[in-house]
Amino acid sequence: MNKLLIIIFIFCAGWAGAQHRTGDLLIKNGHILTVTKGDLEDTDILIRDGKISRIGKNISAPAGIRVVDAKGLFVMPGIIDAHSHIALDAINEATSPITSEVFTGNAINPFDLSIYRALAGGVTISHAMHGSANAIGGECETIKHRYGTFNPEILKMEGAPRTIKFALGENPTRVHGEGNKIVPKTRMGVEAVFRRAFSEAQEYKAAWDAYNLSKKNKRFRGKAPEYSRRLETIAGILTGEVIIHCHSYRADEILMLMEVCKDYGIKNIVFQHVNEGFKVAPELAAFGASASIFSDWWAYKFEVYYSTAYNAAILTKNGVNTSINSDSWELIRHLYHEAGKSQKYGQLNDDEALALITINPAKQLGIDSRTGSIEAGKDADIVIFKDHPLSIYAVPQMTIIDGVVYFDINDDHDDQRIYVDPSEVVDVTIHGTGTHHENCMIDAEEFLLNVRISGMK
Amino acid sequence: MIKIFCLRCSFLMVALLIAGMVCAQGSKGKTGLFAFTNAKIYTVTNGVIEGGTLIVKDGKIEAVGSGIAIPEGAEVIECAGQHIYPGMIDGGTKLGLSEISSIARTTDFSEIGDVVPQMKALTAVNPNSVLIPVTRLSGVTTVIAIPSGGLLPGTAALINLYGYSPKQMFAGFEAVVLEFPSTGRRGRWDRRSEEEIKSASDKALKQLDDTWKKVAEYHKVDSAITAQKVKDQKLDFYPELEALLPAYRGEAKIMVEVNRAEDIRKAIEWVTENNVKAIFTGVLEGWRVTEELVAANIPVIAGPVLTLPAREYDRYDRPYANPGLMHEAGIKVALKTTEAENVRNLPYHAGFAATYGLGKEEALKSVTITAAEIFGVSDRLGSIEPGKEATFFVSDGDPFETKTQINQVVIGGWLVPMESRQTRLYDEFLERAPGLDK
Repeated sequence: MNKLLIIIFIFCAGWAGAQHRTGDLLIKNGHILTVTKGDLEDTDILIRDGKISRIGKNISAPAGIRVVDAKGLFVMPGIIDAHSHIALDAINEATSPITSEVFTGNAINPFDLSIYRALAGGVTISHAMHGSANAIGGECETIKHRYGTFNPEILKMEGAPRTIKFALGENPTRVHGEGNKIVPKTRMGVEAVFRRAFSEAQEYKAAWDAYNLSKKNKRFRGKAPEYSRRLETIAGILTGEVIIHCHSYRADEILMLMEVCKDYGIKNIVFQHVNEGFKVAPELAAFGASASIFSDWWAYKFEVYYSTAYNAAILTKNGVNTSINSDSWELIRHLYHEAGKSQKYGQLNDDEALALITINPAKQLGIDSRTGSIEAGKDADIVIFKDHPLSIYAVPQMTIIDGVVYFDINDDHDDQRIYVDPSEVVDVTIHGTGTHHENCMIDAEEFLLNVRISGMK
Repeated sequence: MIKIFCLRCSFLMVALLIAGMVCAQGSKGKTGLFAFTNAKIYTVTNGVIEGGTLIVKDGKIEAVGSGIAIPEGAEVIECAGQHIYPGMIDGGTKLGLSEISSIARTTDFSEIGDVVPQMKALTAVNPNSVLIPVTRLSGVTTVIAIPSGGLLPGTAALINLYGYSPKQMFAGFEAVVLEFPSTGRRGRWDRRSEEEIKSASDKALKQLDDTWKKVAEYHKVDSAITAQKVKDQKLDFYPELEALLPAYRGEAKIMVEVNRAEDIRKAIEWVTENNVKAIFTGVLEGWRVTEELVAANIPVIAGPVLTLPAREYDRYDRPYANPGLMHEAGIKVALKTTEAENVRNLPYHAGFAATYGLGKEEALKSVTITAAEIFGVSDRLGSIEPGKEATFFVSDGDPFETKTQINQVVIGGWLVPMESRQTRLYDEFLERAPGLDK
C-alpha cells in the first residue's frame, strides 16, 4: 500500500513538474508587426497568464504587472523554425528504412545551449526533427524554447499535433541501398518502401478495427492482432493524425510522394528543404502541400545543384504555404535575416517575408490557432527587435514565451549554460560556416562509416 | 541616353524602370566608354558624392565626381536614385575550386600531402563554374580562392569574377597558405580526445619547423648560387621549398589560418621568430588576444562572421562582434565568408559585423579598400578613384540590406550580364508554362 502511495506521489510530482510557467506582461508603445493583420504603431499588448489578452492603445497597467517599454522598437510574433535538430541527444535511428516506432521526444536535451542561442535570435518554437537517413524516419517533437529547465517534458509544446519525418533521394538510398545493400537503393525503391508501408498499415488498421468491433460482442473470443508501434504510427498518418514532414530535393520525387499520398488518401504533407519545389509549385499548390525551405543553401550535393534562392518567392507567388527553416545550429540564430533574403530574391513584401518564419511554419506544424501571429487569444510568444526584423541592422532585444521573458539583451551574461560537462576538457570548437554539412545526416554518417569499416573486414 | 533591359520577369523590370537603371543585355559582357550619371557614389576613400558621374574608359575609372563632362561617344547610363560602390572583396573562399562540395570529383582545393605549397589555386580555378555568376550578381567582384586541408596546402590566388581563363581573372595577388596547427575541435563531428588533438598539433608544429629549416638551407644554397652568378649551376628541384622561398625571405606574404586564442598566440610567436610577413585569417578568437595582435601589427581577415561561438560559455554574438572588437583595438580587419556556393552572402557577413560593433562605414571598408590593402592591390581595387580598375556595382540602396537590388555589376570595365542559372530558373518557373494543365 505504501509503495502504491509513493508511486502515485511520484506520478503527481512528475505531472506537476511538467507544468510550464506562464506570465503576465504589458508591452507598451511598440510598432507591432502582427503578420496576419497588418502593422499597428504605438500600440500596447497586454499578456495575462501566458496569453495575449488585449491589443490596443493606452492600455493601463493592471496592478503589479511588469511593463516593457517598446517605444521605437518592433514587436513581432515569436519566430518558428519548422526544421531543426537542436535540443536533441540523437537524430538518426539509421538502422532500418522504416523507423516510425522511434520518437525524438524521447531524446530531448534541455541542457543544449543552442536553445538559448535560438532565443537570442528570437526563435520561440522549433520542430525537433528526426534525421533523413530513412525513407520513413521517426516521429518528431515540437518544442517551445523554455530554457532553464532540467525537465525535457517542459520543453514539449503541449497539444501540438504529431509529426513524422520522411526522406527521399540521396540520403535514404545512400544509407540503406549503398550502405546496407537493402531497398531502397534508388528513387524507385523509395516509392516502393512507402507503398509497402502504407499498405501494411492499412491491413494493420483494418485488423484492429475489425477486432475492436468484434470485441463489442460479449461472446467474441478471438485474439487481438499483434501490436506494432511502427505500423500504429503509419496508420496515424493514414487517419490524418500524424503530419508528414518529408526531406526532399528533386521535383520528380516530390511529385512521386504526392501521387502515393493521393492513392492512400493522405492530405497532410509538408515538404522539407524541397529545393526544387519551385519547379512543381503549381502541383504543390493544387495538392495543398506546403514547403519548408532554406533561404539560399545549394550546391552542397548533387540533388541541390539546380536550385535557386528565388524558391521562396516562386512558391509563395504560386500559392504554396512556405516557410524558411534553419536545419542548423547556426542559422537558427538569424532566421529573421534568412527571411529577409526573400526580398532580395523575388521581392516579397514585408508581411510575406515575415510569414515565412511565423504563421506559415505554424500552419505546417498544426499550431497556427495558438501561435505564428500577434492576435488576442493566442499564446504570448513574442520577440522585440531594435530596427525592423527584416533589416540587416536588426537586433533582437527580448524573447518572450507564454508571457515569460526567456531572453533579455540587457540581462544577458557571457555564460548561459545550465549544465557544465565536467568531462569536457577541449572547450574550443571552430564551427566554420556550418553550411557544408548536412545536419540531417548526423548519426547516420557515423553509421555509414561503421558499415564501411565492418564491410572491409 | 541608351536604355538596355535585361530579360527578367515583368515586375523586376518595372522595378528597374522605376529606378531608371539599365543592365547589360543577354548573356555576354560588354565593354566600352561609359558614363554613369546622377549616382550617389560611395568612393570609400574620398567620401560620398551626391549626383555624381563616373566615367569608365579602357577598363579603368577615367574620372569620378560631380559636374564632370561626359566624353563624346560615351554610352550614358542614367543612375538617378541609384548608389555606386566599389566591388566587394571576399578575403577567403573556395570559389572556382569547388562546384558541389560533397562530390570530391568536383572539388580541387585539397591536394595529397601536408606540405604542398607549390600547388597553385590559380591553375585549378574553373572560370565557368556555375557558382561564379551567382556570386558576382551580389556585388562581390573579387575573391581569393584558397587551397585547404593540410599544413601548407598550396598557394591562394586573388581573382576577379569575370573572365574566361584564370589569367583573365587573376587580380594580382598570390600567397602561400599555412593552416596553423590547431588545438581546438574542428567541428561538431570532431570527437578526438584531448591527447589526440595535442599530439596532432605538436606533430604538425614540428613538421612546420622542420620545413622551415629546410627552406633556410635552400635559401642559403640559392643565395650562394645567385651571388656567384654561375650560369650552369642549378638547384635540385624542390618545388615545395621554391614556393616557400619568397615568404621565407620576407618578399611575399603568407596567409595563416588560425582561430583559437592560444593558437593565435603561438602563431604570432612563430611568425615573429621567423620574420614572416603574415596575414591572419579566420581569427575567430581574435577579440581575446587583441593586444598581442596589435603589438605584432598583423592584419586579419576575419570570418565567417555568421558562425557559432567557439566556446559554450561565450556570448551568443561573439563571432558577430569579433571584427568590431578587433578594429576598435587598432587591428586592420578585412572579412571572409569561407564559402564557395554562398560567397554571395559576403555583404550580410559585413552587415552583421557592422551591426554588432564595426559600424557601417568600417564594414564597407573591410570588404573593399582594407581587403585591397591587405592583398597589396589597393592601387587597382577597393575604391572608386580615377586610375583604378572599373570594378564596382550599381544598386538601389545599401548593399548590406537584403531588400536592396543590385542592378549592374562592372568588373574591369566590363558590364557583366546580370543573370545566373538561379535568375534564369526564376524567369522560367515564376509562371511556369505549361502550368498545371498542358
